[in-house]
Amino acid sequence: MEKPLTKNIQPDRAFATLADYESTGGYLGMRKAITDLQPKEVQQWVKDAGLRGRGGAGFSTGLKWSLVPMDADAPQVRYLVVNADEMEPGTFKDRLLLEKDPHQLIEGIIIAAYAIQATMAYIFLRGEYHLAAQRLAYALLEARSKGYLGKHVLDSGFSLEIVLHTSAGRYICGEETALLNALEGKRATPRAKPPFPLISGLWGKPTVVNNVETLCNVPHILQYGVEWYQGLARCVDKGTKLFGASGRVKYPGLWELPMGTSIREIIEEHAGGMRDGYKLRGFLPGGASTDFLLPEHLDVGMEFDAIAKAGSRMGTGNIIVLDDKTCPVQMVLNLEQFFAQESCGWCTPCRDGLPWTVTLLKDIIAGKGRLEDLDRLAGLTRMLGPGNTFCALAPGAMEPLQSALKYFREDFERYIVGHYDEVGVV
Amino acid sequence: MKMQNKNPRIEGLSPTEIQEINAEMSHYEDKTAVSIEALKIVQKHRGWVSDDCLVAVAGFLDMAPAQLEGIATFYNLIYRRPVGKTVIHYCNSVTCWMMGSEQIREHLCRRLNVALGEMSEDGEYTILPIVCLGACDHAPVAMVGDELKLDLTENAVNEFLGR
Ligand SMILES: Cc1cc2nc3c(=O)[nH]c(=O)nc-3n(C[C@H](O)[C@H](O)[C@H](O)COP(=O)(O)O)c2cc1C
Ligand code: SF4
Ligand code: FES
Repeated sequence: MEKPLTKNIQPDRAFATLADYESTGGYLGMRKAITDLQPKEVQQWVKDAGLRGRGGAGFSTGLKWSLVPMDADAPQVRYLVVNADEMEPGTFKDRLLLEKDPHQLIEGIIIAAYAIQATMAYIFLRGEYHLAAQRLAYALLEARSKGYLGKHVLDSGFSLEIVLHTSAGRYICGEETALLNALEGKRATPRAKPPFPLISGLWGKPTVVNNVETLCNVPHILQYGVEWYQGLARCVDKGTKLFGASGRVKYPGLWELPMGTSIREIIEEHAGGMRDGYKLRGFLPGGASTDFLLPEHLDVGMEFDAIAKAGSRMGTGNIIVLDDKTCPVQMVLNLEQFFAQESCGWCTPCRDGLPWTVTLLKDIIAGKGRLEDLDRLAGLTRMLGPGNTFCALAPGAMEPLQSALKYFREDFERYIVGHYDEVGVV
Repeated sequence: MKMQNKNPRIEGLSPTEIQEINAEMSHYEDKTAVSIEALKIVQKHRGWVSDDCLVAVAGFLDMAPAQLEGIATFYNLIYRRPVGKTVIHYCNSVTCWMMGSEQIREHLCRRLNVALGEMSEDGEYTILPIVCLGACDHAPVAMVGDELKLDLTENAVNEFLGR
């Protein structure tokens, strides 16, 4: 099985240096793009390959690039921004790519910037990722010394600067328009769309925002071609992806696997199944803001549409496993506390609705809940659902809650009815 | 993290801080864009961002102090009150919570005899919660200073505290 994204990650070395990276064909994709292809052709390759964004939403990467205005009368300044703000609870994929193989990302950035003719790229890195910052800074120097960055990349007419920006910590910075505000030195509240960043983004200029893992796929598409890339997958989505599992499985971890790999294979084979004494109760397939699925969904493949059909989202593809000894209601409380704390407070439903959700859940767990509270929670999942808030944080927050209410209702009721019993006895 | 100035009334920015902030400025379109970097630079040298520092940075960037204050308080990693020499950020997000982060927090607080967010008596440590550190396969985890500590147990905590 081919593993292009992780082939340079080896247990006997801390990370891949430029020499390590080039020894396995690194920077050949960049050479091909810049020497042999026009920017529009690079966009077409990536579109034809079928790469979809790995930041959670799954938008076609080549299509996104092709929407950037590039005619002669379009703005001549364009930006590429790398979303390296990984902070979705349960997600640990980008950190590995950043720490272990920084040149793969840099090559992806160069190719993407060439495709949209951006001469400036920013890496928006999570402030807590200190080791990644060190490795990236080192790799950027190495790449510059080889003439891969700066004026006239590979002596071509294309020039590129990459700036590493480290954030100061807030989940909402990962939302792409909030990220742009953060980069401009402002409070990271999301922006109204339209205009979309592709048309008017950083400092009002056309801007593409891509996830780390998305860009790490790009060098391989250019180096080995569209057909090869499509052949990696087991489903309509293309390529490989870093899938993970955390919680009470035997071997929590991260594995590069074909798109379409079944959730059963990830949990049972790669993660070794549940730890002794624990049973699988359910799981969030792609991070904190995805709906719960049940053991009956284990045979669903990790592909965007299949997971949507099962009632959830692939999200970041890092599975959070719920075991039979963890209370789903308390787990949802933990998740909602996170979202309430990280809400930027810009729009009312989210600013007020999330703390209320937390209060209701706490009351239920404390034995002070009533059955009507479950209707109130369900009402909140609608009020904070898609279309009612400024950004996707609030709808994302409602996904684990609405599915928990559906699948684990008896756990909620036990707290409430149990309390009634007590009252009855007294 | 060293205190550069023993005098609690800090007059302005040090030459090093000004130099570092200027270096950042060359990468952005305008001065405002470096506000977060500037606060982080000041914090790196002084441990936290006092009111006086905030006013000095605002002045240096031609921003209103209230505007900069709005930014400073928005971000989790800018400290507006003194913290210990080493900040211990324990992850309280979902996987770490499932795998025992609350016990780790209790143990930390007990060992250092300090409440969350407070500075230990000797000024060495502050314990703060933090969201998922991207190491959920090694839950529970914490960041001690800049260093990630994985697969935490009470023994592992004793070991890195050395007490
Ligand atoms: C609240 C919130 C947080 C997000 N956090 C991240 C993040 O940390 N990393 C990321 O790549 N995308 C994140 N996204 C998605 C981005 O807005 C955007 O869709 C993505 O960076 C696009 O890149 P892609 O097309 O390569 O996936 C977040 C979205 C929301 C609503
Ligand atoms: S939904 Fe929440 S996070 Fe998003 S803009 Fe509104 S208040 Fe901010
Ligand atoms: S939940 Fe703690 S590191 Fe991810």
